[in-house]
Amino acid sequence: MGLLSSSVSITRYKVHGKIDAPLIQNITEALKKYSINEIDNDPSDKIVGWTSFENPFQPDFEVSSLVIGTHFVFSLRTDKKTIPAKVIQKHCAIETAKRLKECGRDFLSKNEKKMIKDHVMNVLYLRIPATPNIYDIVWNYEDKKLWFFSNLKRANEELETLFVKSFNIVLIRLFPFSIADLESGLSDTERDILSQLSHTTFSK
Amino acid sequence: MQDIAVSYDKYKFLGNEFLTWLWFVLDNKQNIIYDADNDLQSFEIGNRIVLENKVEKRTEIITIKGDDAGLEEGLLSLQKGAVVVEINLSCKTENQKWQFTLKGESLSLSSLKVPAKNIVETKEDIEGAVLDKIYLCEKMIVLVDKLFQRFIKLRISNQWIKNIVPEIKKWVYA
Repeated sequence: MGLLSSSVSITRYKVHGKIDAPLIQNITEALKKYSINEIDNDPSDKIVGWTSFENPFQPDFEVSSLVIGTHFVFSLRTDKKTIPAKVIQKHCAIETAKRLKECGRDFLSKNEKKMIKDHVMNVLYLRIPATPNIYDIVWNYEDKKLWFFSNLKRANEELETLFVKSFNIVLIRLFPFSIADLESGLSDTERDILSQLSHTTFSK
Repeated sequence: MQDIAVSYDKYKFLGNEFLTWLWFVLDNKQNIIYDADNDLQSFEIGNRIVLENKVEKRTEIITIKGDDAGLEEGLLSLQKGAVVVEINLSCKTENQKWQFTLKGESLSLSSLKVPAKNIVETKEDIEGAVLDKIYLCEKMIVLVDKLFQRFIKLRISNQWIKNIVPEIKKWVYA
């Protein structure tokens, strides 16, 4: 569900840290450095990287507009190849039979079976295309706020990891406690009370 | 700031209590909503509310779905000790409508539908559409934040136990 979809999901973050000047150039460089590469015709099964909001399948941060209003707008793309278990099973069985015939034995060692499976997976990963998933990002640098257009746990974890790797600054996820602690203007005394709260019972 | 994962789990109850309080406010103290955004003309529960009741090691989930669904079962669940863990909300200004779901544990917005704008047909339309969408999403985020801040100030005050919880109990058993 992208930013311009009719229905969106948003996970909010506070951005903790600063980027050296020149800001736009440094952000563009970091996005280019960690932009997504294609893994079709490659034995890799998964890749994560940045891509441009306007052209997610041909990322080009020089051409696409990264800055919209006071926001940086770009996307996280994860490409993943998924092979059905039964396809792997079938190809392993064919390869195992071939190997047994070649060496004239009745069984294969655990290590040989693992080598066959690894070989089969490599061949299959080379043959199937990766499925791309795109998650849009709106980053208001001045306000230290970032919106990630997905609530999927895995996608959020990928974002947090790649963000710190790319920009060397940390994303703090905003959820009830962190909103109360960081965004609600509480005094130190109030924050102490907050940290000692326990749940309320509304029934008699 | 405590470790994020630890505080997420440890204080999960805060978001659920917020949603329970919000239902109480929607039923009894609508002025709190309009104080948070005076453009609003209505703010009500949408087509879904989910409650959770933890009894010893068991967890009961009660889901009420459907437009104009009766919420009596929800109140009954509150009487048994449940809290709201997810709520769909619908709000309107004079000529615009938003609808979204809030989850207690994360306070993230999902299935957020904002008022419809012009369709993007050319590359030049994109920038305007993005800015419109950001503005319309932000309006709801600001509203939720203001309400949550109001809740949290009450939650850490003496008023919570002294006044608010008795009022909520009175509503639950009315």
